Amino acid sequence: MRIGRLMLMLGAVCVGLMPLTGATFYVQLVSKIMILAIFAMSLDLLVGSAGLVSLGHGAFFGVAGYAIALLSPKYQAASLWWTLPVVLIISAALALIVGLLVLRTSGVYFIMVTLAFGQMLYSLFHDTKLGGGSDGLYLYVRPTSSIAGYQPFDLEKPLHFFYFVFVIMLGVYVLLNRVRVSPFGHALAGLKVNEQRMRSLGFPPIPYKLGAFVLAGTLTGLAGYLAACQFGFVNPEMLSWHYSAMVLMMLILGGVARFHGAIVGAFAYVLLQEMLASQAVFGAIAKHWQLGMGVLIVLSVLLLPNGLTSLLDRLSRVRLRQNS
Amino acid sequence: MSGSLEFLVQLLNGIQYGLLLFLLASGLSLIFGIMGVLNLAHGSFYMVGAYLAFWLARDIGNIWLAIPIELAMVLLIGVILESALFSRLYHRDHLQQVLLSFGLILIFEELRSIFFGDDVHGVPVPPLLRSSIPLTGTLSYPVYRLFISGACLVVAGLMYLVIQKTRVGMMIRAGSTNREMVQSLGINIKLIYRWVFAVGVTLAALAGMIAAPISSVYPGMGSQILIICFVVVVVGGIGSIKGAMISALTIGIVDTLGQVLLPEFSGAAVYLLMAVILLWWPQGLFRVA
Repeated sequence: MRIGRLMLMLGAVCVGLMPLTGATFYVQLVSKIMILAIFAMSLDLLVGSAGLVSLGHGAFFGVAGYAIALLSPKYQAASLWWTLPVVLIISAALALIVGLLVLRTSGVYFIMVTLAFGQMLYSLFHDTKLGGGSDGLYLYVRPTSSIAGYQPFDLEKPLHFFYFVFVIMLGVYVLLNRVRVSPFGHALAGLKVNEQRMRSLGFPPIPYKLGAFVLAGTLTGLAGYLAACQFGFVNPEMLSWHYSAMVLMMLILGGVARFHGAIVGAFAYVLLQEMLASQAVFGAIAKHWQLGMGVLIVLSVLLLPNGLTSLLDRLSRVRLRQNS
Repeated sequence: MSGSLEFLVQLLNGIQYGLLLFLLASGLSLIFGIMGVLNLAHGSFYMVGAYLAFWLARDIGNIWLAIPIELAMVLLIGVILESALFSRLYHRDHLQQVLLSFGLILIFEELRSIFFGDDVHGVPVPPLLRSSIPLTGTLSYPVYRLFISGACLVVAGLMYLVIQKTRVGMMIRAGSTNREMVQSLGINIKLIYRWVFAVGVTLAALAGMIAAPISSVYPGMGSQILIICFVVVVVGGIGSIKGAMISALTIGIVDTLGQVLLPEFSGAAVYLLMAVILLWWPQGLFRVA
């Protein structure tokens, strides 16, 4: 594992130093990837730790985005310090309500029910005037960090935004790893393996699963908040199940049940997508990048079921054997 | 008087939509109930069916000749996909099945975009079925919608007969309960799985094909119908054909009437129904243990 950890830290340093190259396009691209990595990590808490495959998490991502767009006054910056907590509370409350319903099911039912709930919220935003219908809403100005006239950082600047997201991503990574090794995380892992036995040991499944669902929903809301800030608009597509499926794909590409897998997967997925959609590489076919992405998804499920980070594990295991 | 007749027309439309949903959901439920595979690409086969109908109706002109050609093509696609991809995933978890079929959705959608473009196309109703039954001076009911309902009922009846009354049906039912036991009795379970998968997706394509003249063909039609299909299966209970029939009819009627009465919230009405049912019967109305 030592080599694996070293490479991860090296990767983190590389990402942290990346803006020094000064290419604004890439600074924005990596910011987007890190936001998706936060989304992917929070989904991994459900998928990897609790064994709950949710296809409806795009809903929390989208609702949080809509919440910040609706909370902000038009053409004026809202304060980061009250909008962020409010959006997180909204996400948590929504996750609590949805979780109470969907956790009555399990296994394949859970997949279908989460998908249907996500789609319900999608059609609510798509068909009603609440959030501007199918066009969505604009967020003209990003929230400001100023308190009493003093502004520690300015999210309008790509560089400041980049480090803001970077710090949050590392924070979420540390938090989720703490959760995984906590008694709560161990109970979740037990429920994933054998629910019956955990119940007889005195661990009721619903409160633990609900806790994980709410935490994952809240952190997904955090990602949605950041995404709305970065893109400057929100539309119903953020809530669609395609978004959830894409993030699940990042998870399996990077490796499930390890949070660095989610980060590696987010980078791998978005960079692959950028490459496939690049006209410089693929010319006229680049328009149909989804075809290549679909083929890659099928191949990676068949050939690399444990994700890219499993290659890293294998590499470090080989090295260890050589050392001993 | 005309108000209640109008209601009757909407009710008939709801039943027709429900029967169509049954055709789709039964294929999904069959594949899941027997092989334990959740195939998200089921809706894509609905789209494939509809676009093949559009293509063959345009280029062959004779829909009665087009139907068998199309069904044979989809059956072949089903056999190929099962043997090349899905058969490798029977022992893996749902997450990987979900993602594999998500990859297939992207591939199908993009192929559709390459071959047919992103426009909405209409599909002509076959000449024999083009008439309508007059109800009052202004109201009439198209024969083609009655044909859809009839066709769905015939397929449902056939499916019931095959699964419950034939030797193959017996093998299928046995295979869903205990794969190893059936195999050790000398039955080729892999072959059975292959054909159940192929027939399941062909049912979806058939639904798309007969729905095409009234729904027209458009991008994303597969995803849209897939979600409703999931709701049908969740409400009815997986593996229960009776449950699928009852929930498909209920949802067909709720959705159709909802679009007339509350157009803004019709999208959410069906999901609300699902939420209410889940509160009382988390396993669906008719779950087969």
